Amino acid sequence: MVSPESDWEGVRLHVVTGKGGTGKTTVAAALALALAGEGRRTLLVEVENRQGIAQLFDAPPLPYEERKVAVGPAGGDVHALAVDPEEALLEYLDMFYRLGRAGRALRKIGAIDFATTIAPGMRDVLLTGKVYEAVRRTSRGRPVYDAVVLDAPPTGRIIRFLEVNAEVAGLARVGPIRGHADSIMALLRSPQTAVHLVSLLEEMPVQETVDALVGLVGARLPVGGIVVNAVRAPLLRQADLTAAARGGLDREAVAAGIAAAGVGVRPAAVDALIAEVAEHAERVALEKSERRTLKALGRPTYELPLLAEGVDLGGLYRLAEQLCRQGMA
Amino acid sequence: MTRREPRVGLDLDEVIADRATGIVVCCGAGGVGKTTTAAALGLRAAEQGRTVVVLTIDPARRLAQSLGLEALDNTPRTVKGIDEVNGGSLDAMMLDMKQTFDEVVIAHSTPERAQAILDNPFYQSLSSSFSGTQEYMAMEKLGQLRAEDRWDLIIVDTPPSRSALDFLDAPKRLGSFLDGRFIRVLMGSAKTGGRAYLKVLGAGLGTMTAVLTRVLGAQVLKDLQAFIAALDTMFGGFRERADSTFQLLQARGTKFVVVAAPERDALREASYFVERLREERMPLAGLVLNRVHVTGAASLSAARAAAGAETLEEARKHPLATAILRLHAERMRMIEREQSLRRRFTAAHPRVAVVDVAAQPGDIHDLDGLRVVGAALAGR
Ligand SMILES: Nc1ncnc2c1ncn2[C@@H]1O[C@H](COP(=O)(O)OP(=O)(O)OP(=O)(O)O)[C@@H](O)[C@H]1O
Ligand SMILES: Nc1ncnc2c1ncn2[C@@H]1O[C@H](COP(=O)(O)OP(=O)(O)O)[C@@H](O)[C@H]1O
Ligand SMILES: [Mg+2]
Ligand SMILES: [Mg+2]
Repeated sequence: MVSPESDWEGVRLHVVTGKGGTGKTTVAAALALALAGEGRRTLLVEVENRQGIAQLFDAPPLPYEERKVAVGPAGGDVHALAVDPEEALLEYLDMFYRLGRAGRALRKIGAIDFATTIAPGMRDVLLTGKVYEAVRRTSRGRPVYDAVVLDAPPTGRIIRFLEVNAEVAGLARVGPIRGHADSIMALLRSPQTAVHLVSLLEEMPVQETVDALVGLVGARLPVGGIVVNAVRAPLLRQADLTAAARGGLDREAVAAGIAAAGVGVRPAAVDALIAEVAEHAERVALEKSERRTLKALGRPTYELPLLAEGVDLGGLYRLAEQLCRQGMA
Repeated sequence: MTRREPRVGLDLDEVIADRATGIVVCCGAGGVGKTTTAAALGLRAAEQGRTVVVLTIDPARRLAQSLGLEALDNTPRTVKGIDEVNGGSLDAMMLDMKQTFDEVVIAHSTPERAQAILDNPFYQSLSSSFSGTQEYMAMEKLGQLRAEDRWDLIIVDTPPSRSALDFLDAPKRLGSFLDGRFIRVLMGSAKTGGRAYLKVLGAGLGTMTAVLTRVLGAQVLKDLQAFIAALDTMFGGFRERADSTFQLLQARGTKFVVVAAPERDALREASYFVERLREERMPLAGLVLNRVHVTGAASLSAARAAAGAETLEEARKHPLATAILRLHAERMRMIEREQSLRRRFTAAHPRVAVVDVAAQPGDIHDLDGLRVVGAALAGR
């Protein structure tokens, strides 16, 4: 199933972002499945405390622990992790310091709460740190995960999120924290990372995609592909769409066709149907221009179909197969 | 015989015509159409004769342009091209969160202190990314607009937060952060005034400072302490303001309009919000169900349209009519899904008035588009 040549050979960390609600979680999950080729193991990570992965895979809420959640269409394992910032902070402190009771005191006075919920920078340091650790982890000299897919914050916050360690490096001039921050930034800026953008064929998501791409390039972060999500299959021929948009459909022919279908509608309904087609044509034209804008960005682009019944587990596999077929995995 | 469910219709014309309505807050989950609703309502009210200002948070670029909002400059500007025969006017502005925060700082401290705060790296991080700063500043701005007393109706859009409730909770969260124990401890280790706190916690001041220094580094700790010390004088001010805007939201002239798309997640958020408003005794005008699909051929069901399309396909005739029937079947399925979600909401909240706004084929980015939405909001 997995095509021998994926467009992202050598990428170990796939960061999936996009405007809110465009399908980041869905696409990240489909990509984690798609990348789980035979004998491979992928990790899907979420960082927004939403339990979106569990919902998608129809599983009970994930603890702060890596769990196997699915088997990819090509037989590999997909693990998942919902990072809990508080736990991650205690882990982080443990990594650098032996705080013992003082660590508990910090929690008691609300320092942990402050750090994880109030200070967004700190939170992001912990989250990116955890992702870094998962990418780098080895067992018997081999990486534990062949690929890590991150269901990342939305485009509005992505650059700040990915660059937070550069900011830390600016605040902490020396010491272990500085060293750690530097290695995380090095991974995020390396060719081992790709930041993919999910969009819909609508004005605001496309605008955000364009803006995010410019921002990523400016921040020297590696831009990946563009995933156009929830694309409707074309039902009408281009010529009919053009005619419909101009109000030039042959009403008699349509009425005759509908009569032949034997659905028995009144003439007024035929006009209503024609109006629906005109509206559809207008939307298709808009989608076409949005698609052109995305194409002009010159990035590898993938399209996922709109699943009319919503995304269940079966739908997720369909989307994963599409990603394999189109070379994203 | 089928009994028709009583539908409570929301009449937003009544809300904006009522001179006692001074503030309308549009809230809901992200991307559902809050900004569009706020702008459409503002335009409609202005054209009906009210002196309106719309505070938008993150308008789509083309909508902002057609409102004349080219720059994010925190100043209300007059919107051109509106119908003024009824004597109304429309101003619009886009919130600049950082600038609003800076203004609060400047207004509440001496020039030197203010400068120290503005230059502090922690302030810079807090003011541009504290989770909730945007919500807090939207409330702050609302208070300011209200105090200016130049408009008789203020329409507020709310930030694109994940959850509609963030809007109500964030200001308090910022307030309690500034009053929190952690801050006191930091202050204590900055001014050695917090010994009592630390005694209670069973840890010596020296230990705590040592721990923080180890974790944060000496320089970071110093910056943080300087920031807190500078903010200290403003604590009272922050809390008072957060409290008084909260009261403004409970006042009689305020009306909340909850916006939702006919989707499961958005309606769930809307439900939470409606319940929360009731708890807080905040006046709800009703629910705007935005981007619903409509049809002029409701008598042709999804199933029949699909069957008809199949008949034509088998006969290999009339490809255009086949496609049209498929398109209609798709739309009808969508409408059925949306209506069932709508029913679920109204069953849970039978007293909440609802108005539908049809999904327009394209985005809404000019005054004409807003007028169409405005008419729909008024049930026209
Ligand atoms: N291809 C698709 N076809 C049909 N529905 C889809 C598709 N992709 C996503 N959806 C639906 O759209 C909604 C939003 O998707 P998802 O939760 O993945 O977005 P998100 O970008 O992660 O959102 P958020 O910004 O809230 O985290 C979900 O209900 C999902 O099932
Ligand atoms: N009824 C509608 N029909 C078509 N498009 C709409 C409708 N309402 C909103 N939109 C579009 O949806 C997008 C998001 O709307 P917006 O008002 O910015 O949402 P929010 O402020 O809730 O995030 C905009 O591009 C807007 O033009
Ligand atoms: Mg998500
Ligand atoms: Mg908005």
